[in-house]
Amino acid sequence: MLHSLRSFVMVLSFLITGFCSIPLFAEAIDVHDFTQLKQGAEKEMRYRRFIDELRCPKCQNQNLSGSNSPIAQDLRRELFRMVIAEQSDDEIKGFMVKRYGNFVLYEPPVDKNTLILWSAPVVMLCMGVCFALWFKRHQRLQDAEKLSPSELKALEQVLHKYG
Amino acid sequence: MQRFKLFLPLIIFVILGAVFYTMLSDDYNPQDLPSALLGQSVPNFTLIDLHTDTVVTEKNLPQQAYLLNVWATWCISCRVEHPFLNQLKRDGVIIVGLDYKDEKNKALQWLKDLHDPYTMVLFDEQGKMGLDLGVYGAPETFLVDKDGLIHYKHVGVVDEKLWLTTLKPLYDSLNH
Repeated sequence: MLHSLRSFVMVLSFLITGFCSIPLFAEAIDVHDFTQLKQGAEKEMRYRRFIDELRCPKCQNQNLSGSNSPIAQDLRRELFRMVIAEQSDDEIKGFMVKRYGNFVLYEPPVDKNTLILWSAPVVMLCMGVCFALWFKRHQRLQDAEKLSPSELKALEQVLHKYG
Repeated sequence: MQRFKLFLPLIIFVILGAVFYTMLSDDYNPQDLPSALLGQSVPNFTLIDLHTDTVVTEKNLPQQAYLLNVWATWCISCRVEHPFLNQLKRDGVIIVGLDYKDEKNKALQWLKDLHDPYTMVLFDEQGKMGLDLGVYGAPETFLVDKDGLIHYKHVGVVDEKLWLTTLKPLYDSLNH
C-alpha cells in the first residue's frame, strides 16, 4: 500500500515538473524556421552552436539560448539573420564584439585583461607540481631521520626504565 | 615559523575579507560592462522622430556635446531617473532621447505626464539602434561630443551624484 502510494507520488511529481517545464522550454526557443531553407539543417546547427557559445549581456551567467531577456531575443534574431546570410564565423563574432565587447565571448582572446584568466591554470598546475615535489622531498628527509635499530633499542630501554 | 603557520588561516581570512568587502561598495556593479563603443562614433541610423514622425539620421544629431539617454515606458528605473533629466534640461544640458523597444502612444503620454527633457526623441521600436549601441537594458546614458564620438557610458539611473562627480566635468570639458 505504502509502496504503491510512493510510486504514485513519484510519477505525479515527474508529470508536474514535466508539464511545468514545457512552457519555459518553448519560450526560450523562438520560432526561427530553417526547414524551408537550402541546407537548412546545417544552418540550424550553426545557429544553435552560436546561441550556445555566446553570452547574454543582460543575464550574465546565461548563454543566448538560455536567456529570455529581450536583448537575448534580439541577438538571436540577428544571429538568425546572419546565419541565413551565410556570414563567416569571424563576421558574426565581430558583430557581437563590436557592440558588446569581448564579454559576450565565453572564450575571450588573450590580452592584458585576460592574461590572468588564461595563465592561471598553467600557473596553478606548476604550483601544485612544485608543492608535490617539495612535499615528497620533505618526507624523504624525515624518513632519513628515522632511528637505526640500535638507537631504537636504546630508546626502548630508556622508556622502559622510566616509564 | 611554527607560530607563523598558526596565524596563516587568519591572514588568509583577512585578505579574502578585504577583497570581498571592496566588492560590497556602491561603486562596484557586477552588471557593469565596459562599453565597446567608447572612443567611437555613434553608429549611423535611420529612425523616426517620436514627435514629428519624420525620418532622422545621425546628421540630425546636435552639433555640440550632448547626453544620449536610452529609455522606455516599460522601464521602471527610467521613471526614477526622469525628474533628474528634467532638472538637467532646466540647467541647459542637451539631452537626446532614444525610446527603446517601446509603444508610440505610451511614450508620448509619458512625456506629456512627466515633462519632456529631450531636445529630440528617436523612436527605436525594434531596438535596432539600441543593438548597434550595445544597449542591454534601460536606462543607459551616453556622453557624446560635437563630432559624434562617445566619451562615456553609464548603465543605470543618472542621479545628481553621478552627474556632479563624473558626467558634468566631462560634459563641461567637451563644451569648451
